[in-house]
Amino acid sequence: MNDLTVQDPSRRQFLQGSAALVGGLVIGFYLPMKGNRAIAAEVPATQAQKVYPPNAFIRIAPDDSITIIVNKSEMGQGVYTSLPMMLAEELEADWSRIRVEAAPVAPVYNHTVFGGIMLTGGSTSVASSWDQFRRVGASARMMLIRAAAQQWGVPESECRAEMSQVIHAASGRRLGYGALADAAAKFPLPVNVELKQPKDFKIIGKPTKRLDTPEKVNGSAKFGLDVYLPGMLIVVVARSPVFGGKVKRFDATEALKVPGVQGVYRVPTGVAVAATGFWPAKVARDLLKIEWDEGPGATLSTPGMRAEYVELSMKPGAVARKEGDVAQGIRDAYKTVSAEYEVPYLAHATMEPLNVAVDLKPDHCDIWTGTQFQTVDRNSAAQAVGLKPEQVEVHTMYLGGGFGRRANPHSDFVTEAAQVAKAVGKPIKVVWTREDDMHGGYYRPMWVDHIEAGIAKDGKAVVWKHTIVGQSIMAGTPFESMMTKDGVDAASVEGAAQVPYLIPNLQVDLHSPKHVVPVQWWRSVGHSHTAFIVETMVDELAHLAGKDPVAYRLAILPADSRYRGVLKLAAKKAGWGKKLPKGHAYGVAVHKSFESYVAEIAEVSLEKGKIRVHRVVGAVDCGRVVNPDGVRQQVEGGMVYGLSAALHGAITLENGRVQQSNFDTYTPLRISEMPRVEVHILESSEPPTGIGEPGVPPIGPAVANAVFALTGKRLRRMPFDREKLA
Amino acid sequence: MISFTINGKDATVDVSPDTPLLWVIRDHLQLTGTKFGCGMAQCGACTVHLDGKAVRSCQTPVSAASGRQVTTIEGLAEFALGKTVQTAWEEVDVPQCGYCQSGQIMSATALLKEHPHPNEAQISAAMDGNLCRCGTYNRIRAAIQKAAEMQGGAK
Repeated sequence: MNDLTVQDPSRRQFLQGSAALVGGLVIGFYLPMKGNRAIAAEVPATQAQKVYPPNAFIRIAPDDSITIIVNKSEMGQGVYTSLPMMLAEELEADWSRIRVEAAPVAPVYNHTVFGGIMLTGGSTSVASSWDQFRRVGASARMMLIRAAAQQWGVPESECRAEMSQVIHAASGRRLGYGALADAAAKFPLPVNVELKQPKDFKIIGKPTKRLDTPEKVNGSAKFGLDVYLPGMLIVVVARSPVFGGKVKRFDATEALKVPGVQGVYRVPTGVAVAATGFWPAKVARDLLKIEWDEGPGATLSTPGMRAEYVELSMKPGAVARKEGDVAQGIRDAYKTVSAEYEVPYLAHATMEPLNVAVDLKPDHCDIWTGTQFQTVDRNSAAQAVGLKPEQVEVHTMYLGGGFGRRANPHSDFVTEAAQVAKAVGKPIKVVWTREDDMHGGYYRPMWVDHIEAGIAKDGKAVVWKHTIVGQSIMAGTPFESMMTKDGVDAASVEGAAQVPYLIPNLQVDLHSPKHVVPVQWWRSVGHSHTAFIVETMVDELAHLAGKDPVAYRLAILPADSRYRGVLKLAAKKAGWGKKLPKGHAYGVAVHKSFESYVAEIAEVSLEKGKIRVHRVVGAVDCGRVVNPDGVRQQVEGGMVYGLSAALHGAITLENGRVQQSNFDTYTPLRISEMPRVEVHILESSEPPTGIGEPGVPPIGPAVANAVFALTGKRLRRMPFDREKLA
Repeated sequence: MISFTINGKDATVDVSPDTPLLWVIRDHLQLTGTKFGCGMAQCGACTVHLDGKAVRSCQTPVSAASGRQVTTIEGLAEFALGKTVQTAWEEVDVPQCGYCQSGQIMSATALLKEHPHPNEAQISAAMDGNLCRCGTYNRIRAAIQKAAEMQGGAK
C-alpha cells in the first residue's frame, strides 16, 4: 500500500510539471488518425506533430533505467510488454532496464482511434499504438543523439544509439541515456521522425517474456482488490435480485449488531454495509431485511424470451446486408437447409470480482480500480460526487481479467463506489462477491438466429438468408449513434454481415428487442455468436454438396481472401484428412475479427456422451507480430474462453432472477478438460491487427463441426453440454 | 485472540473465530498475494499452505489455523521447492492476468511435495480445483514438469 500512496503526488506533479521537475526526458505525441485502416498507414511527419505539452511516455532516470508509461490496461493480454517493446525498439533501449507504469487519465493518453477517451478494448492496443509508440521512441532517440552530439561537438550523423547509450564511433566516446536525458528534453521535438526498417528490428518480432511475470509469480502484483488505504472501510452492497428493481424499505437492525460493522447506507443501487473488513460486511449484508420493488423485470424468464425471439426470427428485420434476391435464390436452389440457433447470456466471470477503492475529499477524489475505461469512469464518478472531472484521479491497477466487463459504458461499478464513498464519508473499497459479480448483469446478449441456405447442383453456395435476434449492446450508450445505422447495431451483426464466402443471394436481417437485462461487450463481442452460425452453416453446405469442409471453403472464398492462408496453414499443421484414432474426428472453422484471421481445427471424441476436445490447432494472421509469444498466449487463451462458453456457459433467468451464482453453476473449463493446443503464426508484413479476441470465435463452431463429423448430429444451441449425445 | 505463524512470523488477530483465514490474511495482515475468487472453494485463487498442505483459505475458519504454520505466496520462496516452482513459472512465462497464479503456484508446490515427478493424471487431479479464465492451463502443466525436472537431483 505504501508504494501506492507515495506514488500519487509524484504522478500528479509529473502531469502538471515540466520535464525538469521530474529530472528526465519526458516526451509525448498525439497522432491524429481516422478510421480503422488508418491505424497502420504511415502518417506524414508534418501531420504527426500535433504535440501536447510534455505529457509523457518515457522517463529516463540518471542510472539509465527507463520507465515507460503505458496508456492501456494490463488485463492479461500483455500490453505492459508489447507496447514497451515497440517503443524500446525505436529508442534503442536496453530492454533489461525497462519498467512500466500505468498512465493517469490525460488527453495525451487518449486512444488514437476512438477519439477523446482513454480506453482499452476492441483488440486495438497494439494496432492503434503501433505508430504512436514507435514514433515516441524514435523521437526520443533522435533527441538523445542530438544532446550527445552537441556535448561532443560532432555532427549527429556520426553518432548512433545502442543499448541505452549514444556512441561516437570515430572517437570511441559513449554516453548513457541517463546522462543525456536532461539536455535532450530541452530540444524541440524532431519534425522528420525516422522509423527503423523491419529488417533492423532487434526487439519487435522476437518472442519476449512478459515484464509483469515476476510480480505475478511472487504475489506482489497489485490488483484493484489489493488496495488498502489508511482507515479504509470495506463495503458490500445488497443489490436488487431483479434487474431494474429498487429498494422499497429495509431493516438493518440485525446487520448493525455484527461486530466490525460501521454503518448501513441506502445508495442508488441498493443498501451498502460498511465494516472494518470484508467478512463482517458480507455477514451483515446477508442479515439485511430488504423489501424490493422489483418492477417489470420480475416477469422475465429464459423460455419466454426464447419464444419471443424465435417468433421474431421468422419475420423480416432491419437489413444489415443484401445481395441479389434471397427469395428467388431459395426457389432456384438445388438443395436447401434451414435451422434455428440459440446461444445464451454469458457472464464475463473475470477471476477477480469487481471492486473499487475510493478516497473522496471535498475537492478531490482518488479512485483505484482495474478498469478498461478510465475517462468514462472518471467523468461518471465526478458527476456522482459533484466534482469536476479534473478533480478526479483514476489509478489503474492490474486487472484480474477484463474481457470487456471492465469497460462499462455506464461505469456501473465505479459510479456505485463513488456514490458509496459519498454516503460513507470515509475511504472505502466496494467489494463484489462472486455471486454479486455473476448476478450483476452486463452479459453477452442471448441470441436466437434463423438461417436458410442452399446450394446449386454443382455444390456452390447460392443463397443465404440469416435473421438475427438479440439485444443491442450499443443501445442507450454514448456509442449508439456512432455504431447504429438504419436500425442496425454493427456489433450485433459483425461477422454475420461480412460472410466472406461468394454467395450471390445473401441477406442478413436484425431484430433488436429491448429487455431490462443489461448487456455488454464480451471477449469478441458479436463474433462470439455469429462465427458459430456462419461456420457451422457453411460446414452444412459442404456436407450437402458432398465436399470436404476445408476444400469447400477454399472453393467458395474469393481468390485473394486472407482467410485462405490461415485455413491452409491450420489444415497442413493439423494433418487434415489424415486417419485419426477410432472415435475421433476433426472439425474446422475460420473467422475474421478485429482485422485478424484465425482458423482452428479441433480434434474431438465422445466420452460417456460428453464432448472431449483433445487437441486444437490454430493458425493466425494478425499482420506483423510484435511478440510472437504473446500472440500464442492470446490465441490459446481465446480458445479456452470460447470453449468454456461453447461447452458449459449459460446465464439463464427465472422470474427475473439469474439462476447461476458461482463457479459451481457457471463452470469455466478446468485443467482436466484442457486440450493440447498449437498456435501457428502466418508470416506477414501487413500492419499489426487485433489479437486479444480473435482466438475466441472459431472454437465453438470447430467443435460443433467435429461433433457432426463424429455423430451426424448438428449442434445448434450453446452450451453443448445441454445436448444428449450418444 | 487467535495466534498462528504466517511465513515464519507470529501473528495474533482479534476476530470472530469463524472468519475465513483468507480475510484475516488479506484485511488484517494485508498480505494481498492470496486472492479472493469465489468464497466457496470452487476456484482455488485463495490457496495457501497450512502446515505444508494446500487448503482453500476462503473455506478455512481462522480458528483452524490456531497454533499452526501458514504459508502464503509471499513466503513460498523461503522453501527450496517453492522457489523452484516460482522459477519454473517465470521460465515458462505462465501468467496472463495473473490473478489466479498465486493459488496455482501454491497448489502446484503441494503437488510436487507429494509427487516429485507427477504424471499428467496427477497434475489434472491436483490442479483441477484451480480455475484460470485466461487459459494458462497448458503452461501450468509445462511449468510443473519443468519444476519437477529442476528438482531432478532430489529424486
